[in-house]
Amino acid sequence: MSTFNLTINGETATVDVDPATPLLWVLRDHLKLVGTKYGCGIAQCGACTVHIGDSAVRSCQIPVSAVGSQSVTTIEGLSENGDHPVQLAWIENDVPQCGYCQAGQIMSAAALLKNNPNPSDEEIAATMSGNICRCGTYTRIRSAIRQAAENKTA
Amino acid sequence: MTLIRTKIGRRSFIRTTAMAGGGLVLSFSWLASCKQEEATVAELPDEWFELNGYLKVGDNGMVTIMSPNPEIGQNVKTSMPMIVAEELDADWSLVIVEQAPLNTEVFTRQLAGGSQSIRQGWDGLRMAGATAREMLKQAAANSWEVPIGEITTHEGMIEHEASGKKAGYGEFAAAAAQLEVPEEVEMKDPSEFKIIGTSRKNVDGPKIVTGKPLFGLDYYEDGMVTAMTIHPPAFGARLKSFDAETAKNMPGIVDVFSIKLYEDGYLKHPFDTTAFNEIIVVAGNSTWEVMNAKKAVKAEWEPISEYMDEYTDFRTGEALPKRIPAGMESSGDHRTEMETLGAKLAKVTRKDGDPDKAFRNAAKVIERHYSCPFLAHNTLEPMNFFAHVTETEAKLVGPIQTPEFMEKSVAARLNMPLENIDIQMTRQGGGFGRRLYGHFVVEAALISQKLKAPAKVVYTREDDMSYGNYRPAYYATYRAAFDENNEITAFHVRAGGIPESPLFAHRFPAGAIDNYLAEEWAIDSNISVGAFRAPRSNFIAGAEQSFLDEIAEEMGKDPIAMRLEWLEKAKNNPVGENNDYDAARYAGVLELVRDKSGWNQNAEGKYRGVSAYYCHNSYVAQVLDMVMKNGKPAVDNVTCAIDCGIVVNPDAATNLTQGGVIDGIGHAMYSQLSFKEGSPEQQNFDRYRLIRHNEAPKSIDVHFVESDVHPTGLGEPPFPPIMGAVANALYKATGERYYHQPFISEKQLRG
Ligand code: FES
Ligand code: FES
Repeated sequence: MSTFNLTINGETATVDVDPATPLLWVLRDHLKLVGTKYGCGIAQCGACTVHIGDSAVRSCQIPVSAVGSQSVTTIEGLSENGDHPVQLAWIENDVPQCGYCQAGQIMSAAALLKNNPNPSDEEIAATMSGNICRCGTYTRIRSAIRQAAENKTA
Repeated sequence: MTLIRTKIGRRSFIRTTAMAGGGLVLSFSWLASCKQEEATVAELPDEWFELNGYLKVGDNGMVTIMSPNPEIGQNVKTSMPMIVAEELDADWSLVIVEQAPLNTEVFTRQLAGGSQSIRQGWDGLRMAGATAREMLKQAAANSWEVPIGEITTHEGMIEHEASGKKAGYGEFAAAAAQLEVPEEVEMKDPSEFKIIGTSRKNVDGPKIVTGKPLFGLDYYEDGMVTAMTIHPPAFGARLKSFDAETAKNMPGIVDVFSIKLYEDGYLKHPFDTTAFNEIIVVAGNSTWEVMNAKKAVKAEWEPISEYMDEYTDFRTGEALPKRIPAGMESSGDHRTEMETLGAKLAKVTRKDGDPDKAFRNAAKVIERHYSCPFLAHNTLEPMNFFAHVTETEAKLVGPIQTPEFMEKSVAARLNMPLENIDIQMTRQGGGFGRRLYGHFVVEAALISQKLKAPAKVVYTREDDMSYGNYRPAYYATYRAAFDENNEITAFHVRAGGIPESPLFAHRFPAGAIDNYLAEEWAIDSNISVGAFRAPRSNFIAGAEQSFLDEIAEEMGKDPIAMRLEWLEKAKNNPVGENNDYDAARYAGVLELVRDKSGWNQNAEGKYRGVSAYYCHNSYVAQVLDMVMKNGKPAVDNVTCAIDCGIVVNPDAATNLTQGGVIDGIGHAMYSQLSFKEGSPEQQNFDRYRLIRHNEAPKSIDVHFVESDVHPTGLGEPPFPPIMGAVANALYKATGERYYHQPFISEKQLRG
C-alpha cells in the first residue's frame, strides 16, 4: 500500500492503495467515480477512457503509480453542468441505447475534437474504433461528433 | 374512443393509501427526469398522490410514472411511460420516470425478452393513464359541480369550457386520490395520440452522458464486499478441490470459499440455466485485490459424467429433462457432426404436396449448406449483482431481465418466503438475452448470506465470456427443385444445431410452395445455451434469405420481384394451413424497401443485397449496399423497412433498428466463439471480434409502415434478416457466395 495524491477533475484526491492498482479501479472503487466503466480490462473496448492532460487514455491500463501529478479528467468532470459540446450533441442525437459504453465514447470524442477540431469521417473512425458499442450506436456517434465539431467552431 | 374495463384478470388498480412509492422519491439521485435536473429538483411537489400503481400526481402537477419493465437499452424506460402519459394527457415536460421495483401484484410481465414489453404492456399502460385521467376529471367535476362529460383535459390541464373553469392536475390530485377507481374508462383512438408517435428523448440521457451511477456495476453500499467467482475452465468439467491458503492471506481478501448454486432436488425454471453448479468465490475489499487473489487460487477440476438436467417449460411449467453428455467438446468435431449427423437424425416437421416426387422428377436441383458458430452475448456491462441477505430478508439490486423468476430462485435457495425477497432493477448495460439467465443473482445472495455482509458479485470479461448461455451453433441444408422451364417445383430445408434446431417450419416460404418439406434435428451438448437476440431466427433468416437469392438467380428473376410473386400466391392461394405470417404485411415491407432504396434504379459502384423476415410479430425488409474500398467490400448504406404496428417513440425505434442492423452485420461478418477441449478459445475482446466503428455502415435509413395495429416487437426483428442481406451483397461484390459465419474467416475476406 502506498499513498497517492491525485488531481482528478480539478480536485485533489488521496488514496492509499497497491501501486499497481489500475486508475480505473481507483476511480470506481476508492473514489466512487463510477462514470468510468469497466468492459474488458485489456485496452480493447474503450469503456474506461479518461483524459490525462488533453489525451484520451484507457484507465484500465494505467497503474495509479504512473499518474503522478498529471491532471485526470473523468466523465464526471468533463463539464460542470453536462453541457460540453460533445455531451450536448449526444443528447441532441439521442445516441445511447443501453448507455454503458457512452462515457468512454464521449471521452474519446472530446479528446479527438480538442486535438482536431474538424475531423473527417475517416479520422473519426480511426479514433473511435477503439471504443466498442455493443448496442451498435456507431452511426449516431458519428453524427453527434460532426455536430459537436460544428457547434464548437460556430 | 374505446371503452374498456379497468380490471385485467385478478389484477386491478387498487390504490395504496400508504403511498408505497413515496419513499423512493427521496432517493432522488436514482430518478430519471425528462426535464433538466436542476429545474426538476426545484419543482418537486410537497406531496404526491398515488392514483394507481403506475403513477402518482404531485400537488404541483408534476407526474411520476413508474416504468415496470427492465431497461436493457431497448428504450422501454422512455417509451412505456409515454404510453401512460398519452392516456393521462400529461404534460411530458412535467413527467418524471422511475424504474418500478418488482411487484407482481401491480404489474404484468416485468420481463425483458421476446420483444414483448410494449406489446404486452400496451393495454395495461394505457389503462393506467386513462383511469387516472378519469379520476382527475371526476374530482374536478365534483368540485365545480358540472357534468364530467363536459370536462376536457389537455397537457396536464383540466378544463370546463362553458364555465371557463380551468385547473392543473396538481390541484385535483388529492381529491382524485380519494375517489373510487372507475369501473370503465375510455381510451383514445390512435388518431387522437399526441405523445405516442412523437419522438421523445431517452429519459436517462442526461445521466448517461454525465456518468451518473445507473448500472448494476455502479451500485455500492457501505461495508460492501466485492466478490468474484472461479468456474471450471471448460464445459464438461467440474470442481474437484481447491487450495486457497495463499489467496486468503493476500491483502484485502475477506474469504475464499465454494458455493453450490442449486440444491439437489430443486426443480429449475429455464432462467436458472447454468453449466456450473459449484464455483469458487473470492471475496475482498476491492476489485483489484480480488482479481489478484483469484489468480492465486489453485483449483483442481475433474470431468463430469453424463447426467440428466431438468428445467420447467417456460409456458407450461412442465418439467423437461435434458441429457447433458460427458466429454470436452471442440468446434472442429461439432462441425463434422453437424455435417454428417443432420441427415440421419432429422425428423419431418412439415410436409406439403409430394416433395420427394418433385425432387425425383426435377430437371435441376440445387443444394446449399449454411452454418454459424456459437456466440457469446458480450453485454458491455459484464454480469454482476448486489445482495444483502440477513437472517430474515434479502435485498437484491442489479441488472436482470427476469426479476420475477429469479426472485423465486433466490427464495427457494435461501429458504425464505417470497415476500421477504426484494429485487430492484438497475439500468442494464445490454441484455441481448444473457440477463434472462440469473444464476449470478443467486450467487450474490449466497455470497452475502455466507459473509453476513452486503456483497456484489462481479464477473471479469473473461468470466463473462467463458461462462455463458451462448447462442447455439446451427447448420442448415437447403434444396430446391426446378422443372425444365426453370420454375421452382419443390423446396426442402433440413436444419439443426448444437444443442437445438433453429427451424421455424411454418414461416415463409412455407405456404408459397406446392411441394415443401421441413425437417429438424439436434445434437446434445454440455455447453450451456440460451436465448440470444431473436433466438433461432438469428441464423435461419440469413440462411433462408441467402438461399432465396440463389433461387432467384437460378430462375433469372429479380430477388424482390420473386419474393413478391411468392407472397402473392401465399396470400391468395396459400399452401397448407399453419402459415405463420401475414403475406400482405410481408409484401408491404418488401415494396417499401424497394421504393425507399431505389432498388430498380442503377446504383453505380454499389453491390446490393436484399433480405426480409418475419419474427416477433413484426416484418422487416432490408437492402444493404456494399462498395469496394481498397479492394475489400465495405458496407455503405442500409435501407430498412419495418412493420411493427404503432411506433411509440419513432427516433428511439430508429436507433434500436440501426443498432440491430449493425449488430447483425457484426455477427455475420466477425464474431465467433469456438471451443477446444471444452474451453472457449476467445475470452476477451482481443480474440473475440465485435464490430467496430470503422466497420459500421455510413448510414442506415429506417422507414416504418404507417399502421394503427397495436405495437409489436422491435428489439429483435431488425437483427435476423440483415445477415442474409450481407451475404447477398457480398456475392454481388465478390462474385462468391458466403455460407459459413463469420464470413471474415472465409476465403478472400481474410485479411
Ligand atoms: S476496460 Fe479499459 S479498454 Fe476496456
Ligand atoms: S449503448 Fe450499449 S454498449 Fe453502447
